[in-house]
Amino acid sequence: MADSSLQLTLVHLYPDLMNVYGDRGNIIALQRRCAWRGIELCVQPVSLGDRLNSEECDLVFFGGGQDREQAVISPDFVTHKGAAVRDAVEAGAVVLAVCGGYQLLGHTYTTFDGQELAGVGVFDARSVPGSRRSIGNIVVQSDLGGRPLTLVGFENHSGRTYLGPRCRPLGRVLSGGGNNGEDGTEGAVYRDAYGCYMHGSLLPKNPWFADHLIDRAFRRRYGPDLTLQPLDDTLEERAHAAVVQRAQRLGSVRSGAW
Amino acid sequence: MGARLSAALLAGRVAADLSRRLGRGGGTVIAGHVVPRIDPTALTTVTRRLSFGTVLVSGTNGKTTTARLISHVMRGAGLRPMHNRAGANLVSGLVTAVVQQTDLRGWPQADVGLFEVDEATLPAALAEVRPRAILLTNIFRDQLDRYGEVHFVASVWERALADLPADAALILNSDDPLVARLGKGRSQTVYFGVGDARVGTAEVPHASDARLCGSCGAAYEYEVAFYGHLGHYSCPSCGLSRPRAQVEAIDVKLLGDRGTELRARTPSGELVVHLSLPGLYNTYNVLAATAACLALGIDLMTIKAGIESFTAAFGRLERIKVGGRELFLALVKNPVGFNEVLRTLVEPGRSRTLLILINDHFADGTDISWLWDVDFERLAATAETAVCSGTRAEDMAVRLKYALVPTDRIVVEPDPGRALEAALARAGPEETVYVLPTYTAMLEVRELLRRNGRVGGFWQD
Repeated sequence: MADSSLQLTLVHLYPDLMNVYGDRGNIIALQRRCAWRGIELCVQPVSLGDRLNSEECDLVFFGGGQDREQAVISPDFVTHKGAAVRDAVEAGAVVLAVCGGYQLLGHTYTTFDGQELAGVGVFDARSVPGSRRSIGNIVVQSDLGGRPLTLVGFENHSGRTYLGPRCRPLGRVLSGGGNNGEDGTEGAVYRDAYGCYMHGSLLPKNPWFADHLIDRAFRRRYGPDLTLQPLDDTLEERAHAAVVQRAQRLGSVRSGAW
Repeated sequence: MGARLSAALLAGRVAADLSRRLGRGGGTVIAGHVVPRIDPTALTTVTRRLSFGTVLVSGTNGKTTTARLISHVMRGAGLRPMHNRAGANLVSGLVTAVVQQTDLRGWPQADVGLFEVDEATLPAALAEVRPRAILLTNIFRDQLDRYGEVHFVASVWERALADLPADAALILNSDDPLVARLGKGRSQTVYFGVGDARVGTAEVPHASDARLCGSCGAAYEYEVAFYGHLGHYSCPSCGLSRPRAQVEAIDVKLLGDRGTELRARTPSGELVVHLSLPGLYNTYNVLAATAACLALGIDLMTIKAGIESFTAAFGRLERIKVGGRELFLALVKNPVGFNEVLRTLVEPGRSRTLLILINDHFADGTDISWLWDVDFERLAATAETAVCSGTRAEDMAVRLKYALVPTDRIVVEPDPGRALEAALARAGPEETVYVLPTYTAMLEVRELLRRNGRVGGFWQD
């Protein structure tokens, strides 16, 4: 496993423009957790005007931004990268999109002042402006790992996302707002593309989810029978537990969820 | 009307006094809530009676230090400023300052108003106070959970300034595109900035908040970047570019925690000063204060003397002796500021023991994801002990682990008192312990030290 030739490529979409909520933490977490297992994660920034080669990428990360940046990105993303991203997803590449990036992976995103931005339609989802922002810590239960596991993060969005039948939610909200504050869902999953409103950063505090992404990309590249070495996640799990416990203590958790 | 104002001021004094006696802190804002209920025009009436007018200071970083610098220079010039000193920068804090420095007939015991104003409070402050000058330092990503996006703050300011009387001076940072733009089309605008490209870099760092032109939306090009998005920028599309700074640093020598040597060009001649304050961010504070004081008609010699004798503002940066060891206390509240603290103070090989306290209360910002934009990687090789404390101690510890600080050097202790003990216990004799708290954590640390007789209550200074 410590073979230095093990390599994965991550495309970081618009890192210069979409980086509002410590999104760099997700990249750092993936990079370190790969390195600690002898896998080199090459990060390739892809921004305005750049092309994206769907065959080369194992992982794609798309972070959050401000309305203004999203408006600038939307036409470039749809015109120059949309087809490649959709191809990559269909071919099994792993995608993580947070907040603004998540919204632009849906069909459309309508900004707070009413401008409708086109997305690339990886997720069967539409985002519209809401009357008040969902801000705060969020706890979600997901069954991605084959058993119910929690995801914790921080959300801060006024957009409300509604999912269609061709994707499923990433999890069920135990505490917080989630996709739209109404249907109790958070995030979206289609094949190995994952979108969510959770930042904070997401992956460092949810090591099982970080490993889920690495595992999917690694086995696709190097063989379905391989497994990742486990790591010592004492500190990460403590940080995770602190957010869960605080949500429980504040009593903001939906009844019957625990 | 006069009777109502007197009654309001009296009630405010009584409330502040009671609050202080009941041990509820310094009563720093209680008066500000009581007074407007009795006389909603108190702030407007009293500030109109200030013979030298009022200066408002706002911006994300540096407003407290800058306002204190201006206050210090004003005193040196023989003026008595009415100043909201304890960092109480909402409208209630302004009213409290009025109560403290106005007699019961409603006449100010001061010549000039000097109010530090929270970014989101600027429109409310402008509705009540007609300023002689407004100084805007910068807009960074800070507590986005409270204010939304940086462009949002910029547009709130733009609207608030639209009704500003033409004779009010606007003092703006030429190197912050979000701020400099606000001066377009106004004649009474003074810009301050850094002209010495040697203290910058060719690349805009990742913790940058304003990549896109505020006028047309194209990406700015930078000739040189200083910190965050501050630099010499221009828009390749619409031609918007950094305005020429009338108060401009032409030679900056950063000497770490020994301070800064600064040479600046001003309309009144050259200013050469040694600052006891480290870091480029403090150079900006000094340039801002200089521009504001010049706009008030204070002469350059008085400004120079004031700057040189100025000591660091409360809690922003201070040294405290505890036993044989020195605590170096510096407030951290956003990635740009934290990176500057790490860059200028936490020197390789010298900063071995750190205590980082991260709270996520409202005043700190409830979203702590910005910790991932701070370059803790520079601590990896040198930190021997990093104690993480506060309500988000665990998140801080994870951040350090991913910055490759060895986990056996990371101590997680959410309780600030025990964390302080742990840091002191691990520091060697004569060693400096670097204490880096967020806002409410800083209040907790100071309260701990006050109980041990190390520092006075913050409302007294």
